[in-house]
Amino acid sequence: MIPSFAWRNLWRNKLRSFIIIAAVTLGIFAGIFLTAFINGMVNSRIQSIISTEMSHIQIHQSGFLDNDQFSLLIENADSVVRLVCETPDVVAASKRIIINSMVASAETGTGVKIIGIDPENEIKVTELSSKIISGKYIDSTDHNPVVISERLAGKLKVSLKNKIIITVQDVNKNITGGAFRIVGIFRTDNSMFDEANIFVRGTDLSRLTGLKKHEGHEVAILLKKNETDDVTKTLSGLFPNLEVKSWKQLSPEAGYLVSAMNQYMFIFIIVILIALCFGIINTMLMVIMERIHELGMLMAIGMNRARVFAMIMLETVFLSLTGGITGLILGYTAIKYFAKAGINLYFWKEAFSELGYSSYIYPVIDSKTMIITAILVMIAGIFSALYPAYKALKLNPSEAIRTQ
Amino acid sequence: MSIIEIKDLTKVYDAKSLPVHAVNGVNLTIETGEFTAIVGPSGSGKTTLLNIVGGLDDPTSGDVIIDGIKINELSSRQKTDFRMRNIGFVFQAYNLIPVFTSRENVEFIMHLQGKPKDERESRTNELLEAVGLGDRMNSRPNKLSGGQQQRVAVARALASKPKFILADEPTANLDSKSTENLLEIMEKLNKEENITFIFSTHDQRVVNKAKRVITLQDGAIISDIRN
Repeated sequence: MIPSFAWRNLWRNKLRSFIIIAAVTLGIFAGIFLTAFINGMVNSRIQSIISTEMSHIQIHQSGFLDNDQFSLLIENADSVVRLVCETPDVVAASKRIIINSMVASAETGTGVKIIGIDPENEIKVTELSSKIISGKYIDSTDHNPVVISERLAGKLKVSLKNKIIITVQDVNKNITGGAFRIVGIFRTDNSMFDEANIFVRGTDLSRLTGLKKHEGHEVAILLKKNETDDVTKTLSGLFPNLEVKSWKQLSPEAGYLVSAMNQYMFIFIIVILIALCFGIINTMLMVIMERIHELGMLMAIGMNRARVFAMIMLETVFLSLTGGITGLILGYTAIKYFAKAGINLYFWKEAFSELGYSSYIYPVIDSKTMIITAILVMIAGIFSALYPAYKALKLNPSEAIRTQ
Repeated sequence: MSIIEIKDLTKVYDAKSLPVHAVNGVNLTIETGEFTAIVGPSGSGKTTLLNIVGGLDDPTSGDVIIDGIKINELSSRQKTDFRMRNIGFVFQAYNLIPVFTSRENVEFIMHLQGKPKDERESRTNELLEAVGLGDRMNSRPNKLSGGQQQRVAVARALASKPKFILADEPTANLDSKSTENLLEIMEKLNKEENITFIFSTHDQRVVNKAKRVITLQDGAIISDIRN
């Protein structure tokens, strides 16, 4: 009967209870929706890193990542690709030649990373081909094709079908160059990546620099899932003389992003709950003050202090949980809707792009976060109940009954 | 047989600054089946005496012995338990739980006592019928008149089968007709069930019904008349 009593007591002042429940609902809704929003942003960034920039795993010659030296080659890169593709959980692998050098148009020039790709394998590993906004992806038919970004095209003041000059150092350390025709213009969510990278056919770059056919600087690998630890370990064992690194190791800040954001969002939710606790404590103290006479009567007729304490605790927990669960349901519903529809922050598109984020966010939340939030709401309710329940315990029945 | 023995009972407020003897050396015995009114002017100590007898307050000195137990020596928790099982209360302001129906208000004590559902239901029905509210079992207090609420309060007080009922100004907020109805019910319960009633009252109608009238003044008994 005490739980029923407590629940009914909540609704004696409907307006007051509704206000507090609405506050808790709003707080929890904001907390989990923002968490889902941030998760969506982070997931989008991670996905972009994997699908466009780095893939899941990369293999290099030892020291290449530190020095970027042209001579630090994987001499049998084609064999490495073949062996990698036979490894479980690998979807595809692609060889790349990587040279940091110059590109120039008639108007101007700039430093870029020139990536020589194997178009047929590259299309299986990255989503570059889907980022082409005009023209086409590199194929085997064109002579010296190059794909550059919209941003770089603007900087060089070139457009589709224009030629640009790529200047590189060959295997004999002689400066050489070649004219490449722009066959495609791409645009990703990361404007820094766009400005810094151009893509040519690997065989064209090999011919220009004098590299052997099977040589390359990098093997990029796409996996079935984003968990890379097991495959990284397997490939490290398979190629002990090469450097095998996952995207988390290649971009540690991206790896930390996930765990850091989770922690920040939990702290955010806890801060919201602490703020709400004060409101709940204030409300319940008002409730106790209004019901001093009734509480005195209850103690007089035989309701012991433990039951009075339990009743006040339950009222407070019910108040918190009603708001918390409503907030979770509303938040989950909103997240589910926007997970499909997306949130288009087009007015901040440029800013997001500068940071490497898409302006189209698909919020996402896991059940673990929802459950932990529900538990935190209950803890907050219990915590909020302690002081008001303690005040009720200290009442003297005979004095309380005399209170009007 | 005496159910309540009060020996040299004293209650002093503000003992250090300006002491007020709310109860001043009261000696009193109440027998089973009494219908006793305690009267006196405001401030004479009636409510204080009832509160001490009901275990709601502690005396400064003296003893209150109920059924052989010195209740003033019990702990707070023991007193609460004792009240629940042995004493019924009827207050001036009815003090029904507003979120409960009449039935639930009467059942509440039996819930606290841990009585099984069947017993609670049958006793509740019996009591509400006895006070003439068999047709208002599912009404909440805000749907009942003052007199009806007080009758529910009487039924609630009887629910735990108490040794006696303490009624502090039970008719103060009632009109004449309701007062008459209430007193008839209480008198009937006293005569037929031998339930002991102890009233604190200013109401002459209660005094007229009482078998014993104890007059208090300045915390002391100045007269004790049996009718």
